[in-house]
Amino acid sequence: MSEELEKEERMYKSIIKTIKQAPLEEFYASGHRTCQGCESALLMRYLAKISGERTIVVGATGCMYVANTTYYTTSWVVPWVHTQLGGSGGAALGTAAALRALMRKGKIKEEPINVIVFCGDLGCADMGLSGVSNAMTYDYNLLIILYDNESSANTDIQETSMTPYGAQTSFSRPGTARRIMKRRWKKSVVPMIIAGHRNVRYAATTSPAYPLDTLNKIKKALSAGGPTFIHSLDPCPKGWDYDPMYSHELGTLAVETGIWPLYEYIDGKIIYNEPTKGIVEGRIKRKPVREYLEKQGRFSHFVEEDFEHFQKMVDEMYESWEIPGVMPIKSVELARK
Amino acid sequence: MTQVAEKEILLNGTQAVAYAAMYADVDVTAAYPIRPYTEVMDTISKLIADGQLDAEFIVAEGEHGQFEIVKHASLVGARTLVGTSGVGWLYGMEAIVVTATDRAPVVAVIGNRALDDPGAYGVEHNDALMVRDVGWLLVWVDTAQEAFDTALLAYRIGEDPRVLIPVGVSMDGGFLTHSEQIVRLPDKELVKNFLPPYDRGKLRVHPDNPISVAPQVNEDWVTEIRRQHDEGMERARTVIKEAYESFKKTFGRYPGTTRDITMPENPFVEPYMVEDADVVLVGMGTVSKPMKVAIKNMREKGIKAGMLRIRWFRPFPAEDVMKYLANAKVVCVVDRDYSLGSPFRGGVVYHEVRSSLYDLDERPKVLSFIGGLGGREITIQDVEKIIKIGVEQRDTPLTRHTYWVNVRGDPW
Repeated sequence: MSEELEKEERMYKSIIKTIKQAPLEEFYASGHRTCQGCESALLMRYLAKISGERTIVVGATGCMYVANTTYYTTSWVVPWVHTQLGGSGGAALGTAAALRALMRKGKIKEEPINVIVFCGDLGCADMGLSGVSNAMTYDYNLLIILYDNESSANTDIQETSMTPYGAQTSFSRPGTARRIMKRRWKKSVVPMIIAGHRNVRYAATTSPAYPLDTLNKIKKALSAGGPTFIHSLDPCPKGWDYDPMYSHELGTLAVETGIWPLYEYIDGKIIYNEPTKGIVEGRIKRKPVREYLEKQGRFSHFVEEDFEHFQKMVDEMYESWEIPGVMPIKSVELARK
Repeated sequence: MTQVAEKEILLNGTQAVAYAAMYADVDVTAAYPIRPYTEVMDTISKLIADGQLDAEFIVAEGEHGQFEIVKHASLVGARTLVGTSGVGWLYGMEAIVVTATDRAPVVAVIGNRALDDPGAYGVEHNDALMVRDVGWLLVWVDTAQEAFDTALLAYRIGEDPRVLIPVGVSMDGGFLTHSEQIVRLPDKELVKNFLPPYDRGKLRVHPDNPISVAPQVNEDWVTEIRRQHDEGMERARTVIKEAYESFKKTFGRYPGTTRDITMPENPFVEPYMVEDADVVLVGMGTVSKPMKVAIKNMREKGIKAGMLRIRWFRPFPAEDVMKYLANAKVVCVVDRDYSLGSPFRGGVVYHEVRSSLYDLDERPKVLSFIGGLGGREITIQDVEKIIKIGVEQRDTPLTRHTYWVNVRGDPW
């Protein structure tokens, strides 16, 4: 069997079809002190579960470091290392390069070891972006996961480039003179990764509200080879201001309203997953964004005009973009006309 | 003395370190360009391309990434080489500090360069000195031979389980990074005897050894961790001495010397005509060259001058400084750096030297000379003038602490 076929075999034939097929072992165990309803903690659990014990996890500074990995109570069963806020890309490269060199030179046993680096809004999308981008240009086997709770969640909920339009944070408080302080639109990171890095074979968006989808995406990323990237939208009860019992509901609503499209990029192709697939194929109607926004305290200052603007921006993603919900390109269609 | 199969080759200071890294069989290197350190990476890249070294060569996206790469590679158990200069060193500072606090014994070349603004490519020691207080071993070299030998020593010392601290091999930008000299390279087999493989033991990050590195300890443990780091720094004094002796035993010559030119055998400092000197010059790096010539000139005129070149700046050789300067009347510290707003507006080395001498019963006068900033040459005439000022201040009450060497508009 050719190497390519083998890779495909690993990637697609081992897909978990029901949650009962998921491994029982946990490598992210008790000990963490994350908030009730924390979807990022769930993501950590998924990634450790799927990657298994032959794994090195690196975590950049962020809420998953300060609330999670406390001396005496660290929850990681697999080796875990901290990296600085902007260090995710370098840490991924350094770890993967060391493993490759040491194995090639016979200094350690040759075997596949997963290298997974997780980073939050600031560590991946803002300060750490150049390092993540650099890691994506090399051919080391590594997976970088952006756990996105749309704020800087361990420092009092500050605005980041991942914060959605209009949301309240301690850096973007509505006032009497200005109702909306966060006027910039949320950045799309996966499209940046896939458009700018030719050797990336796998990248995806995900949501812990869809466990099977998430588990399989991590699995595929780890078996794809080379640098891979996953962007997960993780509802955060503290930052988004809602009752912790609604975390999953908000995760699904983000997808069903079309705000958070679920897709994966595999070797040049975009494949839509879960409800997003139905939305793009026209089988499922998108729910109004209001249903998602109204359930969160951070949008409590929204007036009709804000809902309309939000809805218009999301509509555009599906109705006029060349690749719906992914890349804001319209020129190809224009050229065809 | 051991019979050694050496060969001679023309190398500049940075190339010499690249060759040392090749002899040390480094596993991972991380590069990012900035003058004047860069040539170490140019050389490493060519050595890898030519099959003379088997290592991963990663071009980082900046110095922060550069130091994160080697830090994490080192934690996994790889021997690493990295380096930078001037503002690049500052750009990487956050990662540079945690490299030390995570006890990753990477070896970094620092081609000393002035800090911006205004831009200048030339030497100034303030860049490397920025890590003075955060737990790096820091050594200043004077010749390409010393750069080669010290880099080999740096792996041996930093990776010692008693130490586990990164080492910054500093050299004067331009004066040493870019001047070629004959370097004697040892036999590769002998290097294996001198430098054991890097073994992190129970601290190695690997699935077989599932540890958590640098979890948050908050107020509970930071004091103890800093204290442990300090103990490692103190143990480095012993390890440095052992390593220099072992180097001599293995290669048949003392580090930094060739078989033709011998140096006093002290790893921390290089004393020159210091025993009977009234006026002793203190400095780091290549300033020793004009100092030695000026001292000879002044000796011919009957002025008893001498020199003490500081080699290891961290840990600081306070005992050696005390020993060699105890009988001096005046100590003139020549700093290629400055510490704005510091006591008596002195340089960094000046303060370290002055502090080291405090416990002497009879303390010499200590003067601070700031000179050669941004790569300006400190000439033999400049040093002669420094010695003259030292002589003038010998018998009078101290009127002035700090002099800026040859600065426009200031009659010094």
